[in-house]
Amino acid sequence: MRKMKLLNIRLAQFKNYPQANFSFVGGINCFLGRNGIGKTNILDAIYYLAFTKSAFNAVDKDNILHEESFFSIKASFEIEEKAVEVLCAVRLGEKKMVRWAGKEYERLSEHIGKLPLVIIVPQDTDIVREASEMRRKFFDNLLCQLDQEYLKLLVNYNHLLKQRNALLKSFLEKSRFSAEQIAPYDELMIPLALNIAENRKALMEKFLPIFKAFYQDLSDGQEEVSINYDTRVNNSFENDFKAQHQKDFRQGRTTLGIHKDDYLFLSEGKAVKKFGSQGQQKSFVIALKLAQFDLLKTSKNQKPLLLLDDVFDKLDDKRIAYLLQMMADGRFGQIFLTDARPERSKEYLRNIDTDKKFFELDLKTQENV
Amino acid sequence: MEFSSKLIESAVTEFSKLPGIGKKTALRLVLHLLKQEEDFTTDIAQALTEMRQNIKYCKKCHNISDEDICNICTSHKRDNSIICLVEDTRDVLAIENTSQYNGLYHVLGGIISPIEGIGPEDLTLDSLMERVSSPDSEVNEIIFGLSPTMEGDTTAFYISKKVKQLGIKTSTIARGIPIGGELEYADEITLGRSIISRTAYE
Ligand SMILES: Nc1ncnc2c1ncn2[C@@H]1O[C@H](COP(=O)(O)OP(=O)(O)O)[C@@H](O)[C@H]1O
Ligand SMILES: [Mg+2]
Ligand SMILES: [Zn+2]
Repeated sequence: MRKMKLLNIRLAQFKNYPQANFSFVGGINCFLGRNGIGKTNILDAIYYLAFTKSAFNAVDKDNILHEESFFSIKASFEIEEKAVEVLCAVRLGEKKMVRWAGKEYERLSEHIGKLPLVIIVPQDTDIVREASEMRRKFFDNLLCQLDQEYLKLLVNYNHLLKQRNALLKSFLEKSRFSAEQIAPYDELMIPLALNIAENRKALMEKFLPIFKAFYQDLSDGQEEVSINYDTRVNNSFENDFKAQHQKDFRQGRTTLGIHKDDYLFLSEGKAVKKFGSQGQQKSFVIALKLAQFDLLKTSKNQKPLLLLDDVFDKLDDKRIAYLLQMMADGRFGQIFLTDARPERSKEYLRNIDTDKKFFELDLKTQENV
Repeated sequence: MEFSSKLIESAVTEFSKLPGIGKKTALRLVLHLLKQEEDFTTDIAQALTEMRQNIKYCKKCHNISDEDICNICTSHKRDNSIICLVEDTRDVLAIENTSQYNGLYHVLGGIISPIEGIGPEDLTLDSLMERVSSPDSEVNEIIFGLSPTMEGDTTAFYISKKVKQLGIKTSTIARGIPIGGELEYADEITLGRSIISRTAYE
């Protein structure tokens, strides 16, 4: 298995950190301290290194320390015994910069997937409870980490979709539809949509058995769970898409396509979103994330970085015990976790035999250099 | 920046409106002008004003020109059967610099992008259609020299459909052009080669 370790990060003006350095161990790194002190922000900095964006705030400039004009996150990785420096910097009014071993990427998409990462956060229950967008995001995140070609398809599709929607909106304003003007978007989007749907379908075939195994492990219930990839992008898509023109025109946006896909989460054939208990929903989410971890691990032959935000606070004893057992069994690689209650984490992790480091954050940490 | 003279300040402000010119560079230019003979500044100002007042766009290809019809369009040495379609005048210059192309041009004046509110009617498309469908037109091929972006692709698609109905071949210059690079930035050799090895547009 390929070895990857984050050795240290240096933050400058990132979120609440004017300056801060952290050196990590290869096992479990714990960020402890009262709420609002900046624990999650450190996880977000690590997330930035993998995805060139925040896990929480899509607007880059909002992650700059208030009143400042830039932030930078510098990190040293050790990958297969080689040192690799990774830099991510955002400056107001400039293009975001990401460097790998001193070399700047022409396109940020070239970076995605190089540092596989899985994050578990309290907001993850949104994946089950909220709109389809959250589920697409979850599976797209996995697909993009697995395959840069997929990311390119998705970027191109979304770009064309924006243009097509803008065009439809202008049709609506002028009360005039032009088949001639919409045609280029149709012709370019249809093959992309078919390709993306194909990828999503293929992923589900690999993902589902892994997911089911984790879910059974996590829950007492013998219930049968499943995930249905729900799409109208199929054999008749080309015709369907074009047959939708009048509807698209009336609504001023594209009403059919992979941006409407959903994933139905089922337990005994019923929607977990509607009928699942809180416990079932939580097991569902954890099983999704663990399956994501496993699939990345086998595909990349490398253990992804694992970020755990407040999991000891949000999960019940049984699911915590399950995660701790996985840690004890060495199923994970390098872990970064946060907890507002230092004693609790120390107690939980006491019997896990791996190198551990506890970062007790206080107001001084933010200034440490 | 604090200036001891309002005159300097306003000259600096004007200069720094230019692309790529910051306040510092603007100040350097202004102070340089001050050191020269007065004629120097008058000549520049006059050249700029005349350029702005008298510049024309070729009635045929919409390239910048001194005459109603530009010297590429009037030249007897050019191949009247091919038109290379580009976004703006800079692209014409870039392709001319390769010395690999001997056909005519058509400057679209932009690219279709509904997000930016730019539709076919904002480009010189009607004039292109008139040009290629007129009875004395010799045009039998249109080369798309548009930038390798989604907008370049959709614009090419749109136009290609229109001109194919007239029985005109379409092709696109080979994408040897650096990623993210606009035509203007492609080096001359790559660009020249890609015009020669252009591929039929599907
Ligand atoms: N751009 C920013 N500039 C300054 N402070 C910020 C910025 N973004 C977030 N913060 C601060 O970070 C703190 C939250 O940090 P967080 O890591 O979420 O805390 P916790 O330790 O509870 O996980 C808040 O006090 C918030 O005001
Ligand atoms: Mg937090
Ligand atoms: Zn001309």
